[in-house]
Amino acid sequence: MQISMTVNGNEVTSEIEPRVLLVHYIREVLGLTGTHWGCDTSNCGTCVVLMDGQPVKSCTVLAAMAAGHDIRTVEGLAAGTTLDPVQQGFMEEHGLQCGFCTPGMMLTARALLDKNPHPDDGEIRQAISGQICRCTGYATIVRSVQWAAAHPAAAGGGEGADEVLDGTDTVVADVATETEDSEVKA
Amino acid sequence: MQIPAPFDYVRATTVENALELLARHGPESRVIAGGHSLIPMMKLRLSRPEWLIDINDLFELDFILRDGGELRIGALTRHSTLLESDEIARLFPIVRDAELVIADPVVRNRGTIGGSLCQADPAEDLSTVCDVLGAVAVVRGPGGERSLAMQDFHRGPYQTAVGQDELLCEVRIPIKARSGSAYEKVERRVGDWAVGAAGASVTLAEDGSIADAAVGLTALGLEHTITEAAGLLRGKRPAEELFADAGRLAAEACDPVADQRGPVDYKRHLADELTRRVLRQACARAAQPAAQTQEG
Repeated sequence: MQISMTVNGNEVTSEIEPRVLLVHYIREVLGLTGTHWGCDTSNCGTCVVLMDGQPVKSCTVLAAMAAGHDIRTVEGLAAGTTLDPVQQGFMEEHGLQCGFCTPGMMLTARALLDKNPHPDDGEIRQAISGQICRCTGYATIVRSVQWAAAHPAAAGGGEGADEVLDGTDTVVADVATETEDSEVKA
Repeated sequence: MQIPAPFDYVRATTVENALELLARHGPESRVIAGGHSLIPMMKLRLSRPEWLIDINDLFELDFILRDGGELRIGALTRHSTLLESDEIARLFPIVRDAELVIADPVVRNRGTIGGSLCQADPAEDLSTVCDVLGAVAVVRGPGGERSLAMQDFHRGPYQTAVGQDELLCEVRIPIKARSGSAYEKVERRVGDWAVGAAGASVTLAEDGSIADAAVGLTALGLEHTITEAAGLLRGKRPAEELFADAGRLAAEACDPVADQRGPVDYKRHLADELTRRVLRQACARAAQPAAQTQEG
């Protein structure tokens, strides 16, 4: 089936199988590997992207269901070469160590700050409670989001990022066909 | 990598269209809304539909509407919308109590009340909430619309009265004066299934005694509300000893299974303690001045 959606401000159109998950579409068809793929069971939250501005776990959304919607990935956070305040905050406050959970954490933080520019620590912890960090620790992640809240003008809020993706790409997806029998073994 | 088995996908444009698609594609078709139960099941091959009918574009089913003595909630209303609704929190505080502990904030952006009720997972919270609030499920199908009380709608674990060619369209909750409600869940961590949970709804008489009450349990092996508890509570004045008696009845009525979340004794203890807590909270809320002014 053919799907079209907006990814980081660019219109993309692809021919995909209906069973392709949004996370694999983003990573393997669009080549935007900043979105990470983790637990596959909507628990860990590393695959979080923004769909119409709201954080969603892209391992549990079909690419077909995202058609017609506005998707923003971590690649769409920076405005050109200017980091989003959230990205800057993660840098300033050591919000990441291994970086695996970071894309999802930052997108959830962006959505939180768009809705609530001055969250308290409890509200930040609540917002990221569906996402797991296993190395850095949540304390510095919370501090990173607070840094971004305190420096809203550190960058342009991440709108734009036109260079990230060429919107004319049309790719045929075969990510699912290779893995037809890859049922869970555990 | 977990990926569903192949299927065909179609987006419904209206409720009528969704019903047509269900009729056309038959028993191997499934409706998908938030997808946060169905997609994981499809990945594990616990579910293997040939057709997915996506109802996410049916904005006509995304509403919260006060209609006389009822609050009507569209089946496609997301958990996050239910959580953020001040009107729901005022009329039915149990809904906000429950929504705060349903899955996690990101999952709540996708999951819907209709999907939760139709999934009918024994550890699913909104079934208990709707049970104790005396909600009615409005289901549409080729033969028209029918309204089902929760005890008729919910037939057991993973089973509802919704036919293969039907669609749950809305939930209607009666608004009663001098009423309060509460929900409390014990879970090991955010987003995990409940070890156990309890919900209660109480309506007080003008003299402050309990005119009507309903208590329900989640994940503790009990379908629908505890009739013995309702019988005990009716006509009595709210008091700690009464809540303790109701808690004991709940512990006796439930039938939990031992699993990785705890042994049977512990779960019975939860049924007892959580029943006391939600009754205490529901009665306190029912006695608040704000609850007096709600039209019945």
